[in-house]
Amino acid sequence: MLADKDRIFTNVYGFQPWNLDAARARGDWDNTKDILAKGQDAIIDEIKASGLRGRGGAGFPTGMKWSFMPKESKDGRPSFLVINADESEPGSCKDREIIRHDPHKLIEGALVAGFAMRARAAYIYIRGEYIREAETLFTAVQEAYDAGLIGKNACGSGYDFDVFVHRGAGAYICGEETAMIESLEGKKGQPRLKPPFPAGAGLYGCPTTVNNVESIAVAPTIMRRGSAWFSSFGRENNKGTKLFQISGHVEKPCVVEEEMGIPFKDLIEKHCGGIRGGWDNLLAVIPGGSSVPLVPAAEIMDAPMDFDGLKAVGSGLGTAAVIVMDKSTDIVKAISRISYFYKHESCGQCTPCREGTGWMWRMMERLRVGDAQPEEIDMLFQVTKQVEGHTICALGDAAAWPIQGLIKHFRPELERRIADAGNMAEAAE
Amino acid sequence: MADRYIEPVTAELRERWGAFAFSPGWEEKAKAAITRYPDGRQKSAVMALLDFAQRQVGEETNTQGWLPIPVMEYVAAYLDMPVIRVVEVATFYTMYNLVPVGRYHVQVCGTTPCWLRGSDEVMETCKKRGMKKGHTTEDGLWTLTEVECMGNCASAPMVQINDDNFEDLTGERLDAVLDALAEGKTPKAGTQEPGRHTVEPVGGPTTLTAMVDANHDYRGEW
Repeated sequence: MLADKDRIFTNVYGFQPWNLDAARARGDWDNTKDILAKGQDAIIDEIKASGLRGRGGAGFPTGMKWSFMPKESKDGRPSFLVINADESEPGSCKDREIIRHDPHKLIEGALVAGFAMRARAAYIYIRGEYIREAETLFTAVQEAYDAGLIGKNACGSGYDFDVFVHRGAGAYICGEETAMIESLEGKKGQPRLKPPFPAGAGLYGCPTTVNNVESIAVAPTIMRRGSAWFSSFGRENNKGTKLFQISGHVEKPCVVEEEMGIPFKDLIEKHCGGIRGGWDNLLAVIPGGSSVPLVPAAEIMDAPMDFDGLKAVGSGLGTAAVIVMDKSTDIVKAISRISYFYKHESCGQCTPCREGTGWMWRMMERLRVGDAQPEEIDMLFQVTKQVEGHTICALGDAAAWPIQGLIKHFRPELERRIADAGNMAEAAE
Repeated sequence: MADRYIEPVTAELRERWGAFAFSPGWEEKAKAAITRYPDGRQKSAVMALLDFAQRQVGEETNTQGWLPIPVMEYVAAYLDMPVIRVVEVATFYTMYNLVPVGRYHVQVCGTTPCWLRGSDEVMETCKKRGMKKGHTTEDGLWTLTEVECMGNCASAPMVQINDDNFEDLTGERLDAVLDALAEGKTPKAGTQEPGRHTVEPVGGPTTLTAMVDANHDYRGEW
């Protein structure tokens, strides 16, 4: 098990205050000037060497993302860092803990990352429903300004860097990076076509990088302890520590920081008190937030909880939001409720998603009660394939994958319901 | 979102809200919000200003507030934006109320992680007290909405009531919270599980135990 001394988010449960003094006593903002003095390229190289991959779901290498930003502005346009705190993926609840209990890790990370990519300012886009969390973040940012840690001559480094907080107002789609940029500009959060990519033309048409809260908040610790320390955890290509969020049918749901690649069974046994009703009672797991396909009990048991380990069982790490379902679960309803979520959150821009998410949900509701023909299962699968990959952003994919996972692993259950409903109708006649 | 609609603009509505303007307190917040964006990009502050306006409407009506069209027009003028752009934003984001709501806006999360932990019971508890999804009770006290994942999955099921979250609910625990609110009290927000602090495993953390009683600095052990 990961030793406590190697955990980055030591105040993740909020037993101690989040304020600047307490955060400093835990080691945040400790001579940040020295980190900046290493220079932009050295910071990016260190993050690259650490093997850190984006913690928001897609897992793109963070250091490489930073290196796409222009090294100098040829036309006077500033660069921006946008921090994605629009945590809305069902199952995900880690950024909330960082923001409300360790906000200074995020703000210090914003400075380190923003400096490395030569950004003028960072905008932290926090989801609207995180009302108390946003209050904490606003206050923490003000503390950092008052202490001279950000703003003009941040930390005495000679670098000017602002951090602004922007509250969302209840739209899952704004977690998509270009939708987030649209929303920051005061518009509906509808994703943009790429290219141009945000690193070329993002917020206000300026070079922009969008990073997840956790990716940014771990950066200062990586700089202090070195890339070798961070990459000593986890397997090749899946390095570091990670906040896991376990919800659903475990004895003790929780958020916990662990080493990447920890086997599923260990994660649950060590921190969650096991599966409700014992391991034989496990039905299936959604290991990375609602948009990744579910994995049946037998296949998830020994799977390493990292990008490649979960890809190997046909799913993904996503945000490491682990939704556990025991045998009492109506698995069709569980997935149908996720389909409803995507129907609700579709921004309405692309036809396959706008029409498809509603259609898929209605079909799922019929399958839930068996009111369908067996061949409609294949038709539903085909429709998911027609939505997937045919939209501007990945929300269409995210709506398709859970259904594909259900059909792949639980087709007999769907067929059983259709047969049962058919028999009942016959008996009634 | 297709089930959302805008309250029609009637003569009465215009009469009531046509003269809306930020009170000094909200005006100060609005000005501060605008300074967070570059010059000429003031419309970036539209989301913040709509929130402030909704809250001021809430204060004036002793409810959680909503956005009548004349108020949206005021925000549009404030930011030098076409009214339709403001209406687009107000209708796109679900936290802006397009119709009046009650004193307490009970938002029950019904997405899968909460559902697995018993959000049906939470919803039932609300309904037993006379609340109906999408409606405000006749006494004006409660508006009930089923919302999508609120990001409290490790302490599910949960409801958000006005600005606070109430987590680790059962029917009984929610009843206690709602009773307290109805009596004008302020129930403790956060987890309702006795002995639980936030999102550590129930019964005490399996990690970082030194942090429970002291602001432990782990750097000496690096």
